[in-house]
Amino acid sequence: MQLPSLSELNLGLTVPALSLALWACILLVIDLFIPRDRKSVTAWLAAGGVVFAFIANLLVYRDPGVAFMGLFVADEFAGFLNIVVLLTAFIAILMSVDYLKRTGIERGEYYVLLLMTTSGIMFMNSANDLAVVFIALELLSIPLYVLAAFRAPEERSEEAGLKYFILGAFASAFFVFGAALIYGATGSSSLPVIVDAVGRALAGEGSSLLLLLMGSGLILAGLGFKVAVVPFHMWTPDVYEGAPTPVTAFMSVGAKVGGFAALLRILLVALPALTVAEGDAVAGWQTATWVVAALTLILGNIVAISQTNIKRLLAYSSIAHAGYVLMAVAAAGTPGVSDQATRAALIYLMAYMFTNLGAFAVAMAIEKDDGSGTSLDDFKGLGRSRPLLAAIMAVFMLSLTGIPLTAGFVGKWVVFQATIEAGLYTLAVIGVLTSVISAFYYVRVIVNMFLEDGEGDPAAAATPYVQWAIYLTFAGTLVLGIIPSLVTNLSGPVALAVASLVP
Amino acid sequence: MEATGLSLVTVVLFLPLIGFAIMLFMNERTQAGAIRWTALGFSVLTFLLSLGLWALYNPDDPGLQLVQRINWLPDYGISYYVGVDGLSLLLVILTTFIMPVAILASFRSHIFEERGREKLYYLFMMLLEWAMIGVFVVQDLVIFYVFWEVTLVPMYFLIGIWGAEQRIYAAVKFFLYTMAGSILMLLAILYVGINAGTFALPEIIAAIQTGALSFPFDGLFSTQGLLFLGFLIAFAIKVPIWPLHSWLPDAHVQAPTAGSIILAGVLLKMGTYGIVRFCLPLFPEASVAWAPTIATLGVIGIIYGAWVSYAQRDMKKLVAYSSVSHLGFVVVGIFALNAAGIEGGILQMVNHGVSTGGLFLIVGMLYERRHTKAMEAFGGVWKALPLFGAVSLVIVLSSMGLPGLNSFVGEFTILMGTLGSNILGFVFALFATLGVILAAVYMLYFYQKVYMGELDKEEIRNLEPLHWSEKAALVPVLIAIFLIGLQPAPFFRSMDASVDALVRHVDESVPEVVVGNLQMPE
Repeated sequence: MQLPSLSELNLGLTVPALSLALWACILLVIDLFIPRDRKSVTAWLAAGGVVFAFIANLLVYRDPGVAFMGLFVADEFAGFLNIVVLLTAFIAILMSVDYLKRTGIERGEYYVLLLMTTSGIMFMNSANDLAVVFIALELLSIPLYVLAAFRAPEERSEEAGLKYFILGAFASAFFVFGAALIYGATGSSSLPVIVDAVGRALAGEGSSLLLLLMGSGLILAGLGFKVAVVPFHMWTPDVYEGAPTPVTAFMSVGAKVGGFAALLRILLVALPALTVAEGDAVAGWQTATWVVAALTLILGNIVAISQTNIKRLLAYSSIAHAGYVLMAVAAAGTPGVSDQATRAALIYLMAYMFTNLGAFAVAMAIEKDDGSGTSLDDFKGLGRSRPLLAAIMAVFMLSLTGIPLTAGFVGKWVVFQATIEAGLYTLAVIGVLTSVISAFYYVRVIVNMFLEDGEGDPAAAATPYVQWAIYLTFAGTLVLGIIPSLVTNLSGPVALAVASLVP
Repeated sequence: MEATGLSLVTVVLFLPLIGFAIMLFMNERTQAGAIRWTALGFSVLTFLLSLGLWALYNPDDPGLQLVQRINWLPDYGISYYVGVDGLSLLLVILTTFIMPVAILASFRSHIFEERGREKLYYLFMMLLEWAMIGVFVVQDLVIFYVFWEVTLVPMYFLIGIWGAEQRIYAAVKFFLYTMAGSILMLLAILYVGINAGTFALPEIIAAIQTGALSFPFDGLFSTQGLLFLGFLIAFAIKVPIWPLHSWLPDAHVQAPTAGSIILAGVLLKMGTYGIVRFCLPLFPEASVAWAPTIATLGVIGIIYGAWVSYAQRDMKKLVAYSSVSHLGFVVVGIFALNAAGIEGGILQMVNHGVSTGGLFLIVGMLYERRHTKAMEAFGGVWKALPLFGAVSLVIVLSSMGLPGLNSFVGEFTILMGTLGSNILGFVFALFATLGVILAAVYMLYFYQKVYMGELDKEEIRNLEPLHWSEKAALVPVLIAIFLIGLQPAPFFRSMDASVDALVRHVDESVPEVVVGNLQMPE
């Protein structure tokens, strides 16, 4: 077998993701020479790596191509999601610097692990082969297991790490098994090859259809775990509550982005033609995603109502938001709508990224050094003691509810539009009704901040870097809400790229 | 019609926001007075400029005027598209008229002594004015929805922060109730927009008129019927149409005086305006088919609201339920689906804004002095404060619909429209008239309890006389009451062309029912 030459590998396209992984390894060594009390230097070096990857990504973005003989694609879809992920990582680093110090868990590995998982997500965004998706999935997950337990020996954090690890291992197994079944049915693990084979497999004997359906079902389950949709959501509240808050914030956005990137790419590039019955127009997985989305929306939003801790509340709310993205995934199963629905999912993820990170940053500013102080009651009186912080949090809550002039509205808007265009009216109605339910618990945070009186100074920990994170996400939330064309233009040709990359 | 330059509508719309921005940078402690005056100044300026809208407006042109359009999200067919026509002109002016009154009413309020945060209060007022004007001038369905939802937020805070004891409950109820209705409208908007390929209302209506676009209609719950309901439920909650009114008494009773004035004066009209602006032209067949049902609910609201008002011992609750009754009138008028009914309905929206705004104003003044809203605590107020008593009488009579004052004109026209309507007819008019009589009963009861009687209570004898800011708030209300009552012609004239065009559009879409057969008397 002829080994490919370096130029055939097309390494240039992989620079954003690869540089981050390499930089993580180098940083691990550099960190040895940084004294214990000056670990924030590691943070800035890590942030520098993220910025480098961001710039590299902007240069590669919009110039689609394949690298590693078709295993890795750099298209606009990946480029857009890389932007989201790198912003997430950057903001998470900003949030971590002071937090790690004041909670006494400042260690250099933290940032290394964060960079590792970030590069894992970026590989996930670009993976064009089931095997690469799996490797990226592991690269994403394993550092996150460690990060979730970073507060060890504190019990809740250890529990979070262990729980996440055991269930995550199951999810990976599901995914691998699903990938194997699809390989069995189609004879390939490369997504663009599978799409051709699906047609042949469906035309052949009946067992291939069964393999394909089971395979895609298992993949849906495996990735569904990563993005935390019902019924694979059980771990979410415990892990979110137990993990250090900046990790939770990163996890609630980053892991979801990676999961949805792989899900969308597998479903839309490899399996768009997977139909259950002869002559069906819509993809066979639409019903499954539809049902999962509906369950996720209903359960996530209803259970969130009874939460009394902001981290748990945001955990359930993140489940609910995964449901909205999944609405767009379901809509993508209708031919002709898939481009628009993909775009809707991407815009939603970006809107959600700003808003949710911001909400976590404010929650962190409230949190005490020992990890307590995150109950909803701790928000009481914030409107008086820290009016600006409270006002910004109110905007985040309104954005999560989907009130206009915030990013959340734009996200919901494009998702609902795609859902209606796909003719999934019942799902759209479920989506809007659960939005009303969500208003109930988001508004309660606002009520506590402004309308109830509290005592003390709840925002003792609003340190400068955290504040920068808050301002950054706040600006993102408002800009995206008021001038959405900035982002909709950015994501304009994204969906097309997914389809046209089939070689 | 398409203009690229700066339209006066845009100026009026964004002026409150400029005030908002300026006040944002003022210091609450050292510049409290300046903040108040800036808020008042901007609201008055907005009002004056909105009168300019009327001056520039050509009443013979039924279409949209003073248009401005800028692409906002071209990929999705969404644009910032504003303008006024006969349906919205008066309501824009009503909004800008009510705001200075409400701000003046807050000048000496006790709420700041209790709750403070005066700056935030006026900031929300400016934000609210911006959003409300936006609702009335915007012609793009999506941007309309944006403004519609944005009005929720400042009102929620006005009730929640500066309200009475049960304020949190009332504020949350208000928020959830309204949002539940309006988010269904979002789905209907999406469906309409996707099928039409644009969200610009005039273009969609034009497409319906040429037959390029149609929503299938073959029954109350067909596609068009459901879309109609999607919009209508959102509007009906806002109006509120019986039986969706239960948020209203809570919100009104708990809101601070200015909040009640704005709620009654403008926010409720967004609902009835929405019906006229969106439901009728977009879904003419469904409107005709649903008209008897909705009008029946309107009539039930008229009688129910009046009946419950009479039973109240709390002044604010009494006025709140009277709103349900008055707006029932407007709903009946609109669903008479002829020129007289709709014009009467629009004028009655303005009248109700002025009269009920005035009622909340005087109730608020009484509350400021006695710190109770119970009618038993008063009596003989006229003897203590003769001028205030006289002014209150005018407002009460106006709310009752006394000839020569504003409400009479609106109610009379609505009744005429109802009688002449092929859809509603005599029975509806009969029951609606009953509402007028009941209104006299509860309003006079209120007046008698509070103002008449012996001056036997020590506290009433020592009632503090009106502050200049309170007088200044009452004067414009009185002027409006007499102006509309004695000189209604120009108000009708401003609506004639647009309403005629609307009625004709509904007529033509529903050939089997001849709807608009009654023209306005010149």
